[in-house]
Amino acid sequence: MTQKDATQSAGLSEPERVELLRTMIRIREFEDMVGESYLRGHTAGSMLHLSVGEEAVAAGIVKAMAPEDVFTTHHRGHGVFLARGADPMRMFAEVFGKSVGYCKGKGGSMHIADIQLGHMGANAIVGANIPISLGGGFSLKYRDVPGVSVAFFGDGAINQGVLYESMNMAALWKLPVVFAVVNNQYGMGTRVDQASASLAFAERAETFGVKGAEVDGMDVEAVYGAADALLRYSREGNGPSLLVANAYRFYGHGRKDPSPYRTKEEEAKWKARDPIALFRDRLVTEGVITAERSERIGAEAVTEMEEAAAVAVTQADPAPEELYTDVFAEEL
Amino acid sequence: MREIAYREALREAIYEEMEQDENVFVIGEEVGRYGGAYAVTRGLIKEFGARRLVDAPISEASTVGLGIGAAITGLRPIVELMYVDFVPLAMDQIATQMPKLRYMTGGQLKIPMVLRTQGGTGRSAGAQHSQSLEAYCVHTPGLRVVMPATPADAKGLLKSAIRSDDPVVFIEHKALYARKGAVPEETCTIPLGKARISRSGSDVTIVTYSRMVLIAEEAAGALEAEGISAEVIDLRTLSPMDMDAVSASVGKTKRAIVVTEAHKTAGMSAEIAARITESNWTDLTAPVVRIAAKDVPVPATHLEKLSIPSVDEIVDAAKTLCGE
Ligand SMILES: Cc1ncc(C[n+]2csc(CCOP(=O)(O)OP(=O)(O)O)c2C)c(N)n1
Ligand SMILES: [Mg+2]
Repeated sequence: MTQKDATQSAGLSEPERVELLRTMIRIREFEDMVGESYLRGHTAGSMLHLSVGEEAVAAGIVKAMAPEDVFTTHHRGHGVFLARGADPMRMFAEVFGKSVGYCKGKGGSMHIADIQLGHMGANAIVGANIPISLGGGFSLKYRDVPGVSVAFFGDGAINQGVLYESMNMAALWKLPVVFAVVNNQYGMGTRVDQASASLAFAERAETFGVKGAEVDGMDVEAVYGAADALLRYSREGNGPSLLVANAYRFYGHGRKDPSPYRTKEEEAKWKARDPIALFRDRLVTEGVITAERSERIGAEAVTEMEEAAAVAVTQADPAPEELYTDVFAEEL
Repeated sequence: MREIAYREALREAIYEEMEQDENVFVIGEEVGRYGGAYAVTRGLIKEFGARRLVDAPISEASTVGLGIGAAITGLRPIVELMYVDFVPLAMDQIATQMPKLRYMTGGQLKIPMVLRTQGGTGRSAGAQHSQSLEAYCVHTPGLRVVMPATPADAKGLLKSAIRSDDPVVFIEHKALYARKGAVPEETCTIPLGKARISRSGSDVTIVTYSRMVLIAEEAAGALEAEGISAEVIDLRTLSPMDMDAVSASVGKTKRAIVVTEAHKTAGMSAEIAARITESNWTDLTAPVVRIAAKDVPVPATHLEKLSIPSVDEIVDAAKTLCGE
């Protein structure tokens, strides 16, 4: 599939397009705010990986997902979960280590999840969520549920062995699995071409019998179009697919990483294609929204996130007894 | 009571659980058409079809991961790793995913999954197919670890493991598959986490599990002829460990020998001995004796036997402990 086809197949209504913009802006504001909180020492954990710059990938793919779909994410998963409908207050609370957090404060930034929303877990071992999503797809097919299982992971996971094991099994058994590669060009300080001899990831997938596609991850409608086509393909029983969405990590690997391994020119080049600005300008040019309305959406998101963070920060820490709960489902 | 082999007992457990719960399925290398490397699942594919007896490629990590994902989303997978020696290939999924996802998500995720595998010596299979790696799993909170010695325990514990809502690593022993023993006809489960006194005695407690129970029993028989009454405790479940049973026994006998087929250094025998020392320090008349596999890779051929605990070693240790 070419990038052009994907854009054309998007076909979203005007309200849907505005909501897509809102989702991206909310992700940006959440990430900026949680980053600020981190710098101010409100967060419980030492690790914070922000998805600023990758909003179009999260919003576009999640937009194509259905309620019965399940998914896992990597350590940079806030955006995906927010797009899926997470409550920002409980997300902040989780990052702040509070008991009302999604995981009672036991997961932290890298493990925020809610199974009620189909989130099978955010994973901090690069690539480890891939086989777990394979299992989600196996289970959907086994139970005859018409859903799709989506694994979100970074370019760094592209060279983990489990991806190839999992792609093979997904293709072998025609499982409804979408391998969603958030290619933000770096795994920590290693540029994607410094880790992979061939960058033809979609072609790699094709050799496994997995339908491959690549898309401009800064163009939310292109991402949506590509994801929609692949999710449909899997939902209709045709088997797995792999989508490479090319984007850029605007912050460093962690919030405090100054990214000395990349050039200012490169950063400027990508930031000039900021996925939010790109889409907002398109909507304004096409007369879908006014500049004022888009600013209002931005202001609303700022207020929402400020309030959510302010509420979260006052919540109680987990009781000491919580240390021992949730290890097992059953006592012996 | 009828007698059936350990492997048949296991097969019955899988059959019964699959029959009564549509969500139970088996996945692993050669489990379907081939019938399992040690024939545990033989014939089951005829009963349940390839949908529920899934022949996996040689991809241990992703097969275990698949089981985890399937368990999270409502199925009850029985994942078979052909040898416990392949646990390290899937170690991330086994030690870092399966036991932690529930805790990390504040109790949201349930992982009702059994990882069946088999280990130990007895077939001269060489250093890469004869290991006893249970400590790798026992070391990790969030896993149940079960190692049955008898056909009845194999069946009853496997049924409990399949019904458990938590991940259970179920390690069978390759040298026990053909051994027969009494197994009740009617369906019965055996609770996880409970040890079994396999032989009562009053002078010395031998704590062990899996195939070493047989060796310990043999030693106890020989000791009886010499006037020493040994109690043999089969732990059956290593995690959690039934220290109440062990401690009560040592409280009575005042002497303890721990026997494992696993290596001695930083292995299960060290853990068990340390716990006995903590719980029964004032009862003990002498330090706990550990008899474990020699700290060498398991050799093939006739050397294999020399690397693991023998009846004679146990007898000698018991005699020394009892002051003879
Ligand atoms: C198996 C494993 N190896 C190494 C790490 C350390 N690590 C954490 S994130 C990361 C880079 C991952 O890059 P990528 O997959 O592209 O995700 P991104 O951080 O770019 O979103 C590394 C090496 C890890 N967490 N897990
Ligand atoms: Mg990356």
